[in-house]
Amino acid sequence: MGLSVRNVTLVYNAPGGGVLPALGPVTFQIESGSFVSLVGPSGCGKSTLIRILAGLQEPTRGEAFLGDIPISGPSSRVGLMFQDSNLMPWRTVQDNIALPLELGGISKQERYAAVENLLPTLGLSDFGLAYPGELSGGMAQRVAIGRVLIQKPEVLLLDEPFGALDALTREQISVDLLEVWAQYRQTVLMVTHDINEAVLLSDRVLVMSQRPGQIIADIPVTLERPRCLEDIYSDVFGKTAQQVRAAIGR
Amino acid sequence: MQQSTLSTILNPIERDAGAQKLWVRRFIPALVMLMLLLFWQIVTMLEIYPAFIIPPPIDVAEKFYAVLLDGRLWLHTQATLSAVLSGLGVGVTLGLVLGYLIAKHPLLEDSLAPVIISLQSTPIVAYAPLLVIWFGSGPTSKVITSALIVFFPTLMNTVVGIRNVPRPLHDLMRALRASRWQTFTKLEVPAAMPVLIGGLKISATLAVIGAVVGEFISANAGLGFLITLARSQYDTALVIVAVITLAIIARILYWLVTLLERHVLAWQSRARTI
Ligand SMILES: Nc1ncnc2c1ncn2[C@@H]1O[C@H](COP(=O)(O)OP(=O)(O)OP(=O)(O)O)[C@@H](O)[C@H]1O
Ligand SMILES: [Mg+2]
Repeated sequence: MGLSVRNVTLVYNAPGGGVLPALGPVTFQIESGSFVSLVGPSGCGKSTLIRILAGLQEPTRGEAFLGDIPISGPSSRVGLMFQDSNLMPWRTVQDNIALPLELGGISKQERYAAVENLLPTLGLSDFGLAYPGELSGGMAQRVAIGRVLIQKPEVLLLDEPFGALDALTREQISVDLLEVWAQYRQTVLMVTHDINEAVLLSDRVLVMSQRPGQIIADIPVTLERPRCLEDIYSDVFGKTAQQVRAAIGR
Repeated sequence: MQQSTLSTILNPIERDAGAQKLWVRRFIPALVMLMLLLFWQIVTMLEIYPAFIIPPPIDVAEKFYAVLLDGRLWLHTQATLSAVLSGLGVGVTLGLVLGYLIAKHPLLEDSLAPVIISLQSTPIVAYAPLLVIWFGSGPTSKVITSALIVFFPTLMNTVVGIRNVPRPLHDLMRALRASRWQTFTKLEVPAAMPVLIGGLKISATLAVIGAVVGEFISANAGLGFLITLARSQYDTALVIVAVITLAIIARILYWLVTLLERHVLAWQSRARTI
């Protein structure tokens, strides 16, 4: 299931009466099963674009499509991950992960069975009954990943999913994510500030301009898969990262 | 008593710390109480004031025992307690419902805010006589004064609690296509719970004040009535007995809410202690 966006523009009402063009017009397409990153200056409309694709917000003009169906609201085929883990502090890890199933009316037994299967993959085997307040930032982020994966979404929208983490944890989790993706091959659109992360994970890197953001570069990453952290030192990696950096600076 | 209440409010984290220190925490307040009692006894023994102004603690204890035996204490406690509990029930329920509606509908807030603010800033003792005129000197007027005094803080806390539910969590629920009811039960209620329980703690104590204010003005039963009656008979020991009983009621209510809090907000204390 691919994603596409045609002439999407979003204009906010500015405080004080005027209008504030936040995004676009943007047009691009993401083929089913590919991993695409989106980078751009702060405030250029990346989160806005993600919210439009998640069906949380309607574009002022233009249209967004999931496969070839226009997006008119949130879909169960789409998993959305927020900048911070966005967990419910009053729910245990297993109940946080199971939330999407619970809302879908799936029985407790089935829910917990599904969570049980997922916990080892997330490296959270012994933490099913812990509360978010008892977790490290990295672990909380894994719970958030679990909450998205349990829906078995065909499309993943990730808005700076690792923004709140330190560099080391971040590297580890992005490699974990890469493994999950290699297994399920979802269509992924990930917003990030980290050029290395973007290049290491993606098939393509989209670069956005200053607000109102437009796509100013679409850079393919030709690194072979499966990839690992050491690929950072390769020639292809260096050149691609350089290209992205140059595009942002333009 | 005061000390443990304060420490519960100020640092709930430390409450469970160090078992060997626990007896010290219990022992020292008890000692302070005992010394105050002793001081009280000595002052009365010096006979600076007549007994109808400051009766000796022994007299008070005897009076306590006497009214406990002849059933008067229980009779009046029952009257006050039922007014307090009904008032608390009615006030909290109305505060929760209206607070939720106001939190969700800004238009409602705009239209109700002036009324609520002016009612809230008028001292209840000032308009309680009106309530007695309208609703009689029976139990109804006490339930109403108690409910009114509880209503406003509950309302405010509900509005704050519901408004402060993090927006990203609302987005999450929308993205997961939760129904309105699911959003209410699985997000808004638990997210607002700490604030709501905080409000309930205050309300539990206020409810007692509300009922007693009503009883002071006009009543034929209740601890507030007993205080008025005893005072008119210069039975100061009985006044003190009634006051202590009220303090105990308020304290027990507060303690019940604390139990509820520990149960409902277990996730908070667990997350904090680790
Ligand atoms: N609800 C809103 N109302 C009005 N303006 C908004 C709203 N949300 C965002 N904006 C404006 O829209 C622009 C784009 O915001 P957006 O959050 O999409 O940026 P972003 O690219 O995600 O930034 P960052 O990298 O800092 O997260 C910003 O200039 C912001 O001020
Ligand atoms: Mg953003």
